[in-house]
Order: sequence, then C-alpha cells, then structure tokens
Amino acid sequence: MNEELIISGRMNQGIDPYLHLWHWPIPLYLFLGGLAAGLLFFAGLYYILGKEKELPTAVKWASFLAAPALVIGLFFLFIDLKNKLFFWQLYTTIRITSPMSWGAWTLMLITPLAFIWSASYLRELVPNWDWRLKILYDFERLAIKFRKHIAWALVFLAVILGIYTGILLSAFNARPLWNTSLLGPLFLTSGLSTGAATIMWMSKDHAERMLFSKIDLILIGVELFFIIHLFMGFLASTEVQINAAYLFLGGEFTVSFWVFVILLGLIFPAILEILELRGFKVPVAIPAGLIIFGGLMFRLIMVEAGQVTRYLY
Amino acid sequence: MRYAMAIDTKKCVGCSDCVVACQVENNVPVGYCRDWVTETVDGTYPSLEIEIRSERCNHCDNAPCVRCCPTGASHIVEGGVVLVTPNKCIGCGACIQSCPYDARYSHPDGHVDKCTFCLHRVKKGQDPACVSVCPTKCMYFGDLDNPNSDVSKMIAKRKYKTLAPEAGTKPQIFYLI
Amino acid sequence: MESCTLLNIKYKHMKTRRDFIKISAVGTGGLAIGLSSVKIAQANEGGGLFKKLEKKPIVQNRYPTYCEICFWKCAAWTYTNQKGELVKIIGNDDDPHCNGRLCPRGTGGVGMYNDEDRLKTPLMRKEVNGKQVFEEVSWDEALDYIAEKLQGIAKEHGPECVALFSHGSGGKYFGHLLKAFGSENIAAPSYAQCRGPREVGFIATFGAAVGSPEPTDIRDTECLVLIGSHLGENMHNGQVQEMSAAIDKGATIITVDPRYSTAASKSKHWLPIKPATDMALLLAWINVIIENEWYNKEYIEKNTYGFKQLKQHVKQMTPEWAYGITTIEPDVIRKTAKEMAKASPAVIVHPGRHVTWYGDDTQRTRAIAILNALLGSWGSRGGFFLPESIHLPKYPSPKYPKPTKSWRDAFPGKFKLAELALASGICDATVPTTERDCSFKGWLVYGTNLIETLPNQEQTYKAIQSLDLLVAIDTMPMEITGYADVILPECTYLERYDDIRTSGTRTPSIALRMPAAEPKYDSKPGWWIAKELGKKLGLEAYFNYEDYTEVLDWQLKQVGSSLEEMKKIGVKKFKREYGGLYYYKGESIEFNTNTGKIELYSTSMQDEGYDPLPSYTPHPEPPGGYYRLNYGRAPMHSFSRTTNNPLLFDLMEENNIWVNPKIANEWGLKNGQEIWLKNQDGIVSNFPGKVRVTERIRWDSVFVVHGFGHSNKKLTRSYGRGLSDQKLITNVMIDPIMGGTGMRGNFVTFLTEEPTELEKAKGNPYLDGKQSIMNVGKEVKS
Ligand SMILES: Nc1nc2c(c(=O)[nH]1)N[C@H]1C(S)=C(S)[C@@H](COP(=O)(O)OP(=O)(O)OC[C@H]3O[C@@H](n4cnc5c(=O)[nH]c(N)nc54)[C@H](O)[C@@H]3O)O[C@H]1N2
Ligand SMILES: Nc1nc2c(c(=O)[nH]1)N[C@H]1C(S)=C(S)[C@@H](COP(=O)(O)OP(=O)(O)OC[C@H]3O[C@@H](n4cnc5c(=O)[nH]c(N)nc54)[C@H](O)[C@@H]3O)O[C@H]1N2
Ligand code: SF4
Ligand code: SF4
Ligand code: SF4
Ligand code: SF4
Ligand code: SF4
Ligand SMILES: [Mo]
Repeated sequence: MNEELIISGRMNQGIDPYLHLWHWPIPLYLFLGGLAAGLLFFAGLYYILGKEKELPTAVKWASFLAAPALVIGLFFLFIDLKNKLFFWQLYTTIRITSPMSWGAWTLMLITPLAFIWSASYLRELVPNWDWRLKILYDFERLAIKFRKHIAWALVFLAVILGIYTGILLSAFNARPLWNTSLLGPLFLTSGLSTGAATIMWMSKDHAERMLFSKIDLILIGVELFFIIHLFMGFLASTEVQINAAYLFLGGEFTVSFWVFVILLGLIFPAILEILELRGFKVPVAIPAGLIIFGGLMFRLIMVEAGQVTRYLY
Repeated sequence: MRYAMAIDTKKCVGCSDCVVACQVENNVPVGYCRDWVTETVDGTYPSLEIEIRSERCNHCDNAPCVRCCPTGASHIVEGGVVLVTPNKCIGCGACIQSCPYDARYSHPDGHVDKCTFCLHRVKKGQDPACVSVCPTKCMYFGDLDNPNSDVSKMIAKRKYKTLAPEAGTKPQIFYLI
Repeated sequence: MESCTLLNIKYKHMKTRRDFIKISAVGTGGLAIGLSSVKIAQANEGGGLFKKLEKKPIVQNRYPTYCEICFWKCAAWTYTNQKGELVKIIGNDDDPHCNGRLCPRGTGGVGMYNDEDRLKTPLMRKEVNGKQVFEEVSWDEALDYIAEKLQGIAKEHGPECVALFSHGSGGKYFGHLLKAFGSENIAAPSYAQCRGPREVGFIATFGAAVGSPEPTDIRDTECLVLIGSHLGENMHNGQVQEMSAAIDKGATIITVDPRYSTAASKSKHWLPIKPATDMALLLAWINVIIENEWYNKEYIEKNTYGFKQLKQHVKQMTPEWAYGITTIEPDVIRKTAKEMAKASPAVIVHPGRHVTWYGDDTQRTRAIAILNALLGSWGSRGGFFLPESIHLPKYPSPKYPKPTKSWRDAFPGKFKLAELALASGICDATVPTTERDCSFKGWLVYGTNLIETLPNQEQTYKAIQSLDLLVAIDTMPMEITGYADVILPECTYLERYDDIRTSGTRTPSIALRMPAAEPKYDSKPGWWIAKELGKKLGLEAYFNYEDYTEVLDWQLKQVGSSLEEMKKIGVKKFKREYGGLYYYKGESIEFNTNTGKIELYSTSMQDEGYDPLPSYTPHPEPPGGYYRLNYGRAPMHSFSRTTNNPLLFDLMEENNIWVNPKIANEWGLKNGQEIWLKNQDGIVSNFPGKVRVTERIRWDSVFVVHGFGHSNKKLTRSYGRGLSDQKLITNVMIDPIMGGTGMRGNFVTFLTEEPTELEKAKGNPYLDGKQSIMNVGKEVKS
C-alpha cells in the first residue's frame, strides 16, 4: 500500500483538503465572456461581410446582450477578488505573461466598443429614442461612420477574448486538467457556439435561424472533436493527467460531464438541429437553450474539476 | 546569488517544529501555514519505507506564479526569492492556481501570502525561522552560487530530488534522499 | 425505555456528592470574563485594511525561561513586543538540554499563554438549587476553605491522609507545604505510570537510576538500540537532536517496535517484534553475546557479579528459541547482536522511558541493563556518560514534622523495591477497604490530569468519590478539575518564577525561569498559592519570604551566581568537579550495589524474594476479532495537556486509529471513517476516532496517540476530538516489584455504529463522554 499524507495538519482555507478557491463567479465570468465574444464576433464578422440587412439579429440585435454580459462578467470577476480595494492595480501594468492581465485589458477595450456598437443601433431598435445631448448624437454619428473599423476591432478582440477564457485556465500548468493547449480553441469554439445559439434563439428570420443552426452544428462538431482529442491527450500523458481524465471517466464528474455537457449540451441539441434542418418542427428555444446551458455547465465543471486535480498528494 | 534549501529526508522526523516556528515568526494567522510536513509510506508490513518532507514555496527559478500575476504583486527579488507585495495584490487567486505545490494561500486580509525564505532574518545573517528551530538540523539554507554554503555542500555530497520537476518550475528546494 | 434505565443508573449515583462539573461559573463575574475573552478573540482576528498597513510588531524584550510542556525542561528565551505581548519562545543557545532549539511543543508554548479557555479565577463547588456548580470565589475564600478542610482531615484522620499528586515544577512548593503539614505522600505519575520500572531495574544492576534527562551518549554512539523508544515521536529534545547527529555520523540504529515508528524508518535494522515478547529477544541477545564471547572478559570479570549464573540462565535461550516467540528470525537476532558487539562499548541499548508495559517491566529493563553491562556501555563514551549537576542548597526553613505513616503502609509487603510513591497506589488506597484502617481523605492535585493519566478510570472515579477534599491546581479546565471541590488557577510557566532548574548533563548547568508577562486573569504562580495556603494553615514559618525571588537569589548566591546575573544569561554552565564524563580504562569502580559490582545477578532482588535473573513469561494475546491497543506520542503534543493549545491543535487536531490494511479490508473500514473502540471488558471509547489505514501498524494491533478525546466541554477546541486511550485501559498488569501499572495488555474491537449512552457510560459511572451527570440530574429532578 502506498500512503501519502500531510502530517502537520496543513489546513489552508481554500486549498485543503483540495483547492476550491474559485467558486461559481469565475466560471460565470468565463461563460459570459465567451458568450459576449461569440455575439460580438458574429456581429463584427457579418457586418464586414456586408450581411447587415440579411442577418439583422446577428449584426444588430444580439449585440445588445454582449455589453451587459461583459459588465456582469466583470462584476463576477470583481466579487471573486479577495482584495477588492486594490482592484485598480490591474490597470497599472500590462503583464504579457499573465492571461489575467491581458484578459483584463481586452475587456477594458472590448466592453466600451460593445457599448458603442449597440448604441449605434439603438435608434433602429427604439425608433423614438432621444439621446438628449447633442454631443451624444455626434458620437452616434461617429460610431456609425467608423462601424467598419469597430467591426474589425470587435472581431479581433472577440477572438482574443474567446481564447482568453480558455487560456486563463490552460496557463495554469499546475492543474493537470487545465494543462492543455486545446483549452483555448475549445473555449473559443464553445463561446462562439453559445453566441450562435443566442442569435438563433433571438432571430425571427427563418434564413438567419437556419444559418446559425448550421453554424452551431459545425461548432458542436468541432467541439466534440476537441473534446475527444482532449481526452486522448490526457490518457497518453503523465499520470497526473491520466488521473485528471479519470475524473470524467468514472470519477466524480462523470455523470455531470457526460449528461449535462456532452449529451444535453452538445449531442441532443445537435440532433434537434439536424431534425430542424431536415424540416421537422422544433421549437428553437430548446436546442438554443440547451447549448447555452451546456456551455455554462462546461465551464462550471472544468473550473471545479480542474481545481481537484494536482501534482502532489 | 541564488538562495535555496536542502532538506535531509533521512533525518527529518516530521515533528512540524518548522511549521509552528514559521507561524510565530511570521505572524501567520491561526488556521493557515506557509510550510507543512508530508509523509509517504511505501511497501507492505514489514518491508516498509517512509519519506518525510518539510515543504514550502520552492522559490522556483521558472515561477508560474510570478508569470501569471496580473499586477506584479508576485515578483522576484535578490537571490531568486519569490515575494508578494500585499498592497499590489488584488487577490485574484491566479498565482494560487498556478502553483503546483499549493504553496500559497489567501490571507484573511485579502492578499496572497506564502513563504518569504524569511528574508527579514536572512538579511540580518540569520537562518530562516524554520531552519533555525529544526531539532534534527535537517534543513540547510544558503546561497547556491557560493560553493561553500551549507546548501551547496550538501547538494554536492548527497543524492537529491526536487518535487514535481515535471511541472517545469525548476524548484529550488532540494530533498536529500 | 432505554433512556429511563439510563436515568435510573445515573440516579443511583446522584447520592454521591462529587459530580463532574463543566466549569461554567455562576455569578456576574463569569459574564465579564466571557466578554473579555470575546474581545481578545476579536483583537486577534484580521482587522481588514488597517491591520495590513500596520507594521509587524518589533520584538522588544526577552526573558529567560525553561519549558514546562514536557519534562526535558529546555531553557529558552521568551520574546515580547513593545505592547508587552508574548511573541515567541526560542531555545537558549547555551543550554545543554536544547542547544538553542526547542521542539514543536516548546515553540508552540505561546499558545498555552494565549489559550482563551484557560482557568481564570478560583472556583468552588457549591450547591445552587440542588445542582452542583462552580462558583467564582476570591483567593481568600478558596484558600480559607481548603485550610479549614485540611485541618479537619488532619484532626479526624491525621495529616498523613492527605496526598499530593504532582507533575511539574510547581509541585515542589506543594510538596514542601504538605511535608510541613505532616504528610510525605507525594506521588508523580512519572513513576508508576512511566519510568519507575527502569529506575528500579537499573538500580538493581548498576546501583544507579537512569534519571532524567537520560545520560545516553547518543551523540557519540556507534550503535543505538531502541526498544519501543519512539524517538522522533517521543520528542525528548536532546535525544532527538543527538539521534540525528548520530545518523549523520553513520551510527547503526536498531529499532525494536511492532509498529513502524519514525525511529524505525531511520534505522538500519527494524525488528518488527510481536508485541509483549521483548524479553525473549533481550535474553536471546544476551545468549548470543555470551555464547560467542563477544563481551569484554576483563571488564566483566572485574566489574560484574553473577556472570556464571547469567550464562547458565540464558543457555537455552537461543535465537531459535526466541524466534518462536518474537517472530524475529534467528539470523537477524545474531546479526544485530554482532552489530552491538562490534560497536561495544560505544553502544546504547536504550532503557526506554515510558516502560510500564506488561507488568514484568522491572525485569525487562533489568535485561536491558544486563545487556548494557555485557557490552560495557555504562560509563563509556558512546554509551552512557556520567552526568553531573549543581547542588543548590535548600532555602532555610524549619524541620518537617515526622509523619507516623507513609504511602508504603497502604500496601504492606508489596512493591518492596519502589523508591518513590506510586500515584496509582495512592489512588487505590483512597478507596476504603475493610483491611485498611485509614484511607486517603484529601488530594491536592498539581499539574496532572489524573483522569487521563492513571489507567483504570473506574478506580480513579471511585477514589475521587471517597474523598473529603479534592483541590486541583491547574492552568486549564481539564477532566480532573471537573471533579475538584476547589480549583486554583495557576498562571502558565511563561508568567511566573519557579525553582532553578538543575539537572545532570554532560556539563552541569542551571537555568532560570522568570515571568515574561503578568499573570493573565486572576491566576497566580504556584509558589504564591502554596505560601498563602501555608499561612492559612499556620505554617508561615516554612514560607519565610515575601516573594520567591528572595529564595532564588539566596540559592543562586550560594553557587556563585545571582538572580540578576541569571536574568541576563538564563543558563549558566559550570565546570565538572567530580571526575570525567566516562570511566577511564581500567578504573576500579565501586558501584552502589550490595556487592559493589554491576549485578548481573541481582542480590537485592533475591533478598526481597524476586527473581534475581529475568525470565520470559508469555502474556495474553488478543482473542479473535480483537486487536492489541497500542498507544504512543505524536511529536507535536504532550499527553493531554497540549491538545487544546491553539497553535499545536492546528498541527494535529485529533488522533486517528491506525489500522492495518488487511484488517481494514476484513472489517470494510475506510480511511477517515469514524468508528468507536470497545475493549475486552466491554468498555467503549468516549468518542469516535477516524480510521487511518496504514501499513505502519501490525495486523494484530491498533495504534492511537495518547492525550486526545477530552470530555470537558470547556476545552473548546479539543473537546470530543479523537478518543482517549485511557478509558480503554482497564486491564492493568501491576509490576510486583515496584508497583508500575502495565498498560499495554488491552484488546479492542471496532464498533461502526455509535454505541448507546448506556454502553458509553459503562466503566465510567460518574461521567459519560458527552453528557455530564449534571444534566441528567436536572432531568431526574423535574
Ligand atoms: N493511557 C496512557 N496513560 C499514560 C501515558 C500514556 O502514554 N497513555 N503516559 C504516562 C506517562 S509516561 C506520564 S509521564 C504521565 C503524564 O501524566 P500528566 O503529566 O498528568 O499528563 P497530562 O495529561 O499532560 O496532564 C498535565 C496536567 O497539568 C496541567 N498543567 C500544565 N501545565 C501546568 C502548569 O504550569 N501548572 C499547573 N498547575 N498545571 C499545569 C495540564 O492542564 C494538565 O491538566 O501519563 C502517564 N499515563
Ligand atoms: N511529543 C512528545 N514527546 C514526549 C512525550 C509527549 O507527551 N509528547 N512524553 C515524554 C514522556 S513523559 C515519556 S515517558 C516518553 C515516552 O516515550 P517512549 O519511552 O519512547 O514511549 P514507549 O511507550 O516506551 O514507546 C512507545 C512505542 O512503543 C511501541 N510498542 C508498543 N508495544 C510494544 C512492545 O510490546 N514492544 C516494543 N518493543 N515496542 C512496543 C509503540 O509502537 C511505540 O512506538 O516520551 C516523552 N516524550
Ligand atoms: S522541524 Fe525539522 S525534523 Fe521537524 S518536521 Fe520540520 S524539517 Fe522535519
Ligand atoms: S513554489 Fe509555487 S509559489 Fe513558490 S515560486 Fe514555485 S510556483 Fe511560485
Ligand atoms: S492573487 Fe495577488 S499575487 Fe496572486 S496573482 Fe493575483 S494579484 Fe498576483
Ligand atoms: S523560510 Fe521562513 S517563511 Fe519560509 S517556511 Fe521557513 S519560516 Fe516560513
Ligand atoms: S522537549 Fe520540547 S516540550 Fe519538552 S521541554 Fe523541551 S521544548 Fe519543551
Ligand atoms: Mo512519562
């Protein structure tokens, strides 16, 4: 028998008996960040592709959710900080090696852009909206004028943001479950897919819905591909990573992961979307809701499980 | 200069004096610690082996905690010692997540805390508190760049290992085996 | 209906007048103290932003002390900050006991001072509305009451019917008080529950006791043999330090222990002996050494008595014979004997310390002494050095009255070689019997938690119920205080003066203990309590000083120092005056035995009718489904006294029940699972303990660390954490030679379901683990 124990009674709160420093706020922050990234990516992309008319939800309406999602996400990050009064220290420096740092800066840039983007469409959404101040009308005019530039910036920043939500975790080599370069693309894909699902859900236009249904299907396929590779990578790796994989293959996260993330969050909505594309009538809320729900669960589980995995003891 | 520790697992009895000494020296709040002691038992009765280790921050040469800190609160000072500046630390926890040794904890005051190699003592020419109390004298502290330091001599003389070298952090605490 | 029977049982005992009281003072004072402790607790908590910006307190002053957390008595410095708060305790570099390094318990000593559960004021047992409670009283009232009671006992039964149990520095003052009062019945658990047998065994052999600190020359040894001594878990500082130094020097360590102790893991040879069979191994080693003539003939001829008889005696006790008993392979026995012989005389067969194991302990330690004699280690470099100490003259005081009876009279014809009073013996002699004309009527209990210290708790409870007066002088609300009539709160060792420490070491030294802070709350130093009580008893002539510093200064001046000097240096070393550290080669030595020689064959034992040579007798083995209860130390705790210390509690909050994986498998026990233990007499543990499945323990035993499972709720941290081994030690094997209480012959089985209150109350009629009898009493009344 092999026994390994801490005999000095180490009991650092949040660390022992296993690390549980990050609770729900961080995964929610990552989820909302990913969602916003997805929404803004499609908004920017289709604007650049000149699809503003055909895809009004993607370009215009859904982006109204992005800015609040970012703000709420940041709020969740904030409430997770243990030394809140020193929050401003984040913006006294840029640390290239710290995802937390460039994530914070990305958010700093993309959030105002998201606001400007949706503000520029506000009067289309609410026709008798009054900006009251002349200067705001001037701003609106400017924003509309530079939409193309903003769109480019949005696409660029959204990709960074999406990847960041994964890299934030994968940068932590210390947690074997997170220690994989697949996490960045995987979280980006998942973020895009929740964004696409949201657009699909909001859209009243059949063609737009169908497009995003297809996009979602592709993204789900990509995600499944990544996840399979993720596990294959783990199983072919060091003992700690094999152990990490086993958390999902018989360990304590098996049911929640396979049922909520894979079955309900990916496969089931994929089937529904295939059925819909084949002409069956499926209420759009179901696949869309499931994808969003799956994306959220994915982050909750990854954050939680990642903290259970470790190198020692 | 490169501060490091060598700890002789053949002599450590796991008494945890190093842990209490650190707590009283460094005002570590009750219920927390900067160092701790582990025991691994291998084999089947009666062919058994125990390894006892006093563990703490490894003051890694390649410190992920410093890399991932968004504010620069975690930083490296002279001798490669990894420190946290409380008033720069936002308590985001990134460094805690990044440390393969779980050597950091969130201090009740909000900032992150960890072993400092007792720089305040070392600067006065004293050994770190844990080293100075150890009844078995199984801990050696000093400058790796100085071949005559206790650490350098022990490392030259004995077989040693580091913890979780596969994590790539280049830890600077050497366990004599 | 079960609760009803339970109540009936309890009701029966309601007549007895000494209920266990959880100390909860009545009266307004209690509230005030409650509040102040809350304040202290808050002050210790993080003060948010401001606290962080506050600079760390700068250490300001240091005061000499010596540690009181175990009896190694390491000298140290207590450091205070500018606010006068105790910050840390660091070993005194000049001290030969600790060489500047304390053990974890000593380092954590500040926790004892800061423990907010401490006893705060004198308390007296009173009856309020038919319910026994402790009431806060003034020192005056408490001492008046005690004096009156003591005088009453003296009048009715004679002063000899008062006994003192003492373990710790301050016990001296109460011993002095008691002797002045007219009684010599002063007992420490460190004798009949600890090292008594080995002292008797070594006196019978070398004419000298081993003593404390042990004069084992581990630093320079080439071969250290540990028989059960679990150095490293047993943190007796100097020995642990020297063992480590010996490892560095490449000394061979041989450990005989059924459990894979920490020391075993550092040893070249671990002999996983079957429990209770060490005697056979020792005899076989003696056999091998004699048969192979691995001893020093000249030395043996010149210095020992009875070699021939010994040789004859062990003739049949071959390694093959011992193998059948001990399960240690014959070639291992030979190989290890050879190692010892090779190192001889720089070899130590360690005499052990807590040696009250199986009732034949004097004989077992005799065998150890004989083995050392054969190896020539006594008085040799790397064996046992010859300690020397400074004699401090006694402060002048009148002669003590001559008592007419002593503790020996309580058991005529028994334990004839005991040189010190037996704590267990006095406890026994407190329970009235028809044979004895007088039993003990009054107990002063200083610094010993008798409930958790003496085996067979039922007997302790019975004795307590027979008393007219029980005074507990303690620092903490321990189990024993719950049974006291009067509780006197002593301040901790960090807040008081005590006697100068003088002890036998390589270099003679003395050490001072002085307060580093004022006594907290309304606690007082022991010397003050004894003096004030002495005054009330009309014995002021014996306490001819206002302050104890007068005594200390006087004594110190007799040996060429002074209080002033000692305050500055803490430890003073002296030159040796009586010869070298070892005997020199060919020295003709006069041993303090009947024959003047090392008695391999003990004439004193023979004279008293005991076996002059040790023999192996088998001891009972656990029946099916039962496991031998093994217990020992954890390095970060001392008995039951440190388990509530906030710093040390943090290191180890509870004891676990070590179970071999095979047995765990058989019983389906999981790591961390809470189980209860039940012993051969149907006694169940007061609390559950968590299972630790580990290969470090044999399949025929379980192991727990002694000192846990506190049943006094006032110990807010340690109450109910882990379980008490003491409750399960009901089979006590008394050593016929000196009365030691063999405690290792108890067998336990596992209970996976919580036993009923009735089951838990068994063998413990006055107190069951969780519920004090007071609550039951109230229920019966209503
Ligand atoms: N089951 C079992 N029983 C044992 C042992 C065992 O291993 N297992 N070991 C035996 C041995 S070897 C020994 S030496 C004895 C030890 O027996 P004890 O010395 O009685 O052991 P403790 O349980 O530490 O009790 C010490 C008491 O002293 C109090 N105290 C501490 N400091 C002070 C002080 O400064 N002043 C005063 N007035 N009181 C103080 C504590 O609060 C506590 O109540 O136990 C023996 N009994
Ligand atoms: N940390 C700490 N250190 C202490 C103390 C403390 O409370 N805490 N107390 C001090 C005191 S007063 C004393 S007396 C000493 C006691 O310390 P020791 O004298 O070392 O105690 P023992 O009870 O002799 O040893 C316990 C060991 O004996 C083993 N053992 C059990 N049964 C047998 C057997 O049949 N044969 C053999 N060979 N071994 C057996 C156990 O497995 C365990 O490892 O410790 C002292 N040091
Ligand atoms: S103080 Fe020394 S012997 Fe004790 S646990 Fe720490 S390193 Fe080991
Ligand atoms: S041990 Fe952990 S905290 Fe210390 S330097 Fe290495 S990664 Fe950072
Ligand atoms: S918790 Fe503090 S030290 Fe750690 S990464 Fe965040 S800001 Fe840096
Ligand atoms: S070096 Fe100092 S801070 Fe680090 S563990 Fe040792 S005592 Fe604590
Ligand atoms: S060995 Fe430890 S507990 Fe005992 S006196 Fe020394 S420092 Fe105190
Ligand atoms: Mo003892």
